Amino acid sequence: MKTILTGLNRTIYSLVLLLAVIVLNFILVHIAPGDAVTAMIGDMGGATPELIAKLRADYGLDRSLFTQLYTHIWKMMHGDLGTSFTHRVPVRDLILDHLPATILLVTTAFFLAIIIGTVLGIIAAQKPKSFVNHVVTVLSLSGFSAPIFWTGLMLLIAFAYLLPIFPAFGMSTPGFQGTTLEVMFDVLKHLVLPAVTLASVYIAVYSRLARASMLDVLGSDYIRTARSKGLSRRIVVYKHALKNGILPVVTMAGLQFSQLIAGAVVVETVYGWPGIGQLAFNAILRRDHPLLLGILFFSTLMVVIANLITDFSYRILDPRIK
Amino acid sequence: MKQEPLLQVNGLCVEFSTKNGSVRVLNQLDLHLLPGEALGIVGESGCGKSMTALSIMRLVPTPPGEISNGQILLNGDDVLQLTESQMEDIRGNEISMIFQEPMTSLNPVFTIGSQVSENIRRHQSANTSQAKEKTIQMLEAVGIPAPELRIDQYPHELSGGMRQRVMIAMALSCQPSVLIADEPTTALDVTIQAQIFELLRKIQEEMATSVILITHDMSVIAEFADRVIVMYAGRKVEEGLVRDIIDNSCHPYTQGLINCVPVLKRDPGLKRVELNEIPGVVPNLAQLGPGCSFAPRCHKVVDRCYQEMPPEQQVGENHYASCWRVGDAA
Repeated sequence: MKTILTGLNRTIYSLVLLLAVIVLNFILVHIAPGDAVTAMIGDMGGATPELIAKLRADYGLDRSLFTQLYTHIWKMMHGDLGTSFTHRVPVRDLILDHLPATILLVTTAFFLAIIIGTVLGIIAAQKPKSFVNHVVTVLSLSGFSAPIFWTGLMLLIAFAYLLPIFPAFGMSTPGFQGTTLEVMFDVLKHLVLPAVTLASVYIAVYSRLARASMLDVLGSDYIRTARSKGLSRRIVVYKHALKNGILPVVTMAGLQFSQLIAGAVVVETVYGWPGIGQLAFNAILRRDHPLLLGILFFSTLMVVIANLITDFSYRILDPRIK
Repeated sequence: MKQEPLLQVNGLCVEFSTKNGSVRVLNQLDLHLLPGEALGIVGESGCGKSMTALSIMRLVPTPPGEISNGQILLNGDDVLQLTESQMEDIRGNEISMIFQEPMTSLNPVFTIGSQVSENIRRHQSANTSQAKEKTIQMLEAVGIPAPELRIDQYPHELSGGMRQRVMIAMALSCQPSVLIADEPTTALDVTIQAQIFELLRKIQEEMATSVILITHDMSVIAEFADRVIVMYAGRKVEEGLVRDIIDNSCHPYTQGLINCVPVLKRDPGLKRVELNEIPGVVPNLAQLGPGCSFAPRCHKVVDRCYQEMPPEQQVGENHYASCWRVGDAA
């Protein structure tokens, strides 16, 4: 009962947060110089003042900021995110078309980072002076310092060009036909490089974090107790220590989920991954405000949901938080 | 009626490597434990009491620590020769241990039921429901009220005394022949201390478990132990039946420890009761001289004490002490 109440509470907080972000995004986007009409005129190579005024009226850009905001929220509550200026289709359809690709990329990278990072951290923590530990340190430092687009380009050169193991571009082979399983495998092949690129920074962060946290936990009294019960080293490390040692990683991962989405914009652009990151990149260039706001809304939604999940998984992992 | 010892430690040496070279934290330690006996090991912090316990469990942190010499015979077999997995079968089963800090010795993210039953399932062929039943029995035996509800609680929901009871239940769940209790009440209230010792004594009698009790408190020894070993700087300095040690101690260090026990009776003439102390501190184990390591703090010290290590001498039946001044008039 208490858990349900807390859950409800959290969900209401999240909704309020979402509304605040919508308003903030809207204001920020409108403060930025230039709008869709300026971008269009740039493309057309100039226009008469009458035409500019007409275009502004068509897109509702002549109304006051408050009216525009009000209309924006009202429509949003009814599931209408407006029409993209550049694609001339409803923003909602556009986003729903591209969202699955981003969710696939981001969640794969997310779990890849947590799992690989934690495993590396555990290995390093068990032998603090070993060779493996130094390798993990170097790998994680370089992973953390390298800009994500650079990592992407290097992996692209290495594993798509020099050693053509993985495809370089897109999410599927054009014109590929096959059974569901074959199609899935085709997507998986395309997914490897973008997901590894996006995960690289976070593998670095989580391996350092897991290492420090596991070192701390492995020296604690309850680990000695577990050993004194005759449990094997493997059970002690992967059951008794890991459930405690992973807590900081879970917290950090939840907090960094938003950065992962920001990183997805870059990675999708490098690899031509057809997700909302690529869509966002173009929407910013073209001053496509409805599309940009829609994307911001969905990415906020993803972050909020990810934080809710983190929060709940934390409660499951750590009984002291109730 | 000489009994065969259940556990016998011969010439045990434990060394720790430090930046300044190797330090011997246990030096040629001999001890034995008879079936059903309560053996007290007493000494100040850093004397090697806990290291003795960890060595018997083979849980000395390695590196930096290492058991460099000696034998630890359990029912005649040397546990130091066992493989790690053979040793795991003994830990928690034949020999188990309860620790000083009940607040941190239980894993915070598992229920106490699962932590106790884990020990049972590790060593006995019990299915989940049998292990659960046994867990409830054990928790009941150590005086935890409503054990069938408690098994689903987490350590943070229990008081320190209750947690130590859980630790005891866990340690005893497989009827070990040896229980090592490393300062089991140091972190607890005085009133809870008495309860825990009463519980340990009751269990010791009912289960015929031999207990090694490690403490720095002579009053606890007087109350609980049958036989006592006094340790100083990694060595045994005196050994004897509790009666001989308390009433007739031969080593100045033992006498000092006994004098340090505060007396609650007040002399009406005095404003306050003076607390006794042993002057100085336990020496740095890396800088021990050739002689008796207690010499710098000893009030009976003579020149010879600094130059030669006193050998163990028999001073009575089952009573031994390592001091040059044994037999000299005080």
